[in-house]
Amino acid sequence: MGQINKYSSRIVATVVSNKRVGQYHQILLNVGEMVNNCKPGNFVAIKVGGENAKMILRRAFAISRVSMTGPYGGSMELIVAPFGQGSKWLCSQIEGSSIDLIAPLGTAFGIPTEPVRALLVGGGYGSAPLFGLAEVLKNRGCRVDMYLGASTGGKIYAPMEGKRSVNVLRIYTEDGSMGERGRVTEPIPGLIADGLVDVIYSCGPMPMLQAISEIVAGSDVVHQCAVEESMACGVGICMTCVLPVSDSDGHVAMKRSCIDGPVMDGAHVLWDLVGKVPEVHP
Amino acid sequence: MIDLSTTLGNAWFPSPLFTASGCASSGKELAQFIDLREIGAVVTKSVMSKARYGRPTPRMAETPSGMINSIGLQGPGIDEFLTHDLPWLVSQRARVIVSIAGETVEEYATLARKVRSAPGISALEVNISCPNVENRGLVFACDPDASRRVIDGVRKTLGGELPIIAKLSPDVTDLVSIAKGVVDAGADGLALINTVLSMVINLDTMRPHLGGKTGGLSGPAIRPIAVRAIYQVHEALPTVPILGMGGVASGRDALELILAGAKGVSVGTASFGDPAAIISIQNELKELLKIRGFTSVAQAVGFAHRPNEIEGA
Repeated sequence: MGQINKYSSRIVATVVSNKRVGQYHQILLNVGEMVNNCKPGNFVAIKVGGENAKMILRRAFAISRVSMTGPYGGSMELIVAPFGQGSKWLCSQIEGSSIDLIAPLGTAFGIPTEPVRALLVGGGYGSAPLFGLAEVLKNRGCRVDMYLGASTGGKIYAPMEGKRSVNVLRIYTEDGSMGERGRVTEPIPGLIADGLVDVIYSCGPMPMLQAISEIVAGSDVVHQCAVEESMACGVGICMTCVLPVSDSDGHVAMKRSCIDGPVMDGAHVLWDLVGKVPEVHP
Repeated sequence: MIDLSTTLGNAWFPSPLFTASGCASSGKELAQFIDLREIGAVVTKSVMSKARYGRPTPRMAETPSGMINSIGLQGPGIDEFLTHDLPWLVSQRARVIVSIAGETVEEYATLARKVRSAPGISALEVNISCPNVENRGLVFACDPDASRRVIDGVRKTLGGELPIIAKLSPDVTDLVSIAKGVVDAGADGLALINTVLSMVINLDTMRPHLGGKTGGLSGPAIRPIAVRAIYQVHEALPTVPILGMGGVASGRDALELILAGAKGVSVGTASFGDPAAIISIQNELKELLKIRGFTSVAQAVGFAHRPNEIEGA
């Protein structure tokens, strides 16, 4: 069993800004010193709905970026799609509102010690944490390519300032309304065959993560993916967000995506068993 | 000064606030947010004889003022639990109530035998009411005779020292008769209530949302059911200690369960929304007792059962 992120704590943060960016909201929170312990891949669990809400569970959001500099001190950026009741509430919070949050939670993307050729693959708003990751990788001297995909152009999140950290940004939409028509996973086999990528970092819907894991299987490419499972608590006590993961001995365990994830080695996740229970005995 | 201490059978606790089984994992994660020594005890996740994967995902759906879950008793098995999880809690000087669950009367007895020899345990919770099992016929707490046999087996194996707390289900026609049965069979106390069997249908798939189809409802939505259950059982069995639980999210809620007859109160789902909830609830409870003129928790237990004072008398 993994351990909870030892830096996690609960604070009340202030909304510094809340801007609409296409179908998403870019929300900046003043979190102070907490930013020093936030790494790309970590997430935040936010209490939603205010004092008398009938929503009793926190909502988990990937931390898009953190910054120590700025007029307000340490700040944390979230990219939120206002689709559910909880995210709609968060997107309606104006500048100056107080937000009860717990962070940083979960595992982070592993950063290579040597410069590598990194491919960052994002599906929908799964691209959010990849921009913060791109900055870190770029500072380590890595070549950073980013491929973003969505069903349609309106669901692509790719801010101008984020593009500075990547060498190549390519966009794929299934309806062809932005970038190239097709799925974001389609060019990956070619890149691997040509030896153009060492590490793939991915974030997005589970079928996309599974497809990438299947593509890299049998190659030397490492695939670190941030998984998505619905969570009740985000801190490891409710056991709802589990998925089957094998360790190096082939032993299968139902791991919590909030503690042993969200970032996992794609090769260890038993994708075909997600949503099922392994038949072999634990 | 308010004396917050309480007892369940022969076990003494400095506070009436406990975690609820299945809502604190094995305590390590909550320890990141609270000092485990400050609460009454950690009630551990119900453990079975063997390691268990639990039920398929999705395992959770939020509902108005509540949630339904179908974890299905995922866990490491009793041996692993006694080797790793329990010694850690003891090393933190947390008081521990170990919760056990079995599929047969014999499995409960085997678990009790293993727990008996482990040091550092304050009491044993016998969970005979987990709703998330394949066969509803195996929910012992829905059958007075099966409930009695489980507790009888555990009592005989355990001997007389460790208090046995039987965790019961509200999903029964006559809770009081089941409570009486397990007390006759040797339970020292009762844990009321487990989650309420429920279902959510997903409108996108138009099928039951949970992988296990049905789940257990918890959270403030079920609190009035808990209050009713505790009140009824305390009325019938006023000397039997009750560990109350069900949607407690504030000091006010904890006091309500105590007034109904609970000697201890477990905080479960509220910890999912706020891992430090149990500490705020404890502080609020202390304040509410003081305002009402109580100097101890004990004075408030079952207070709701007292007849109204007649004006002018």
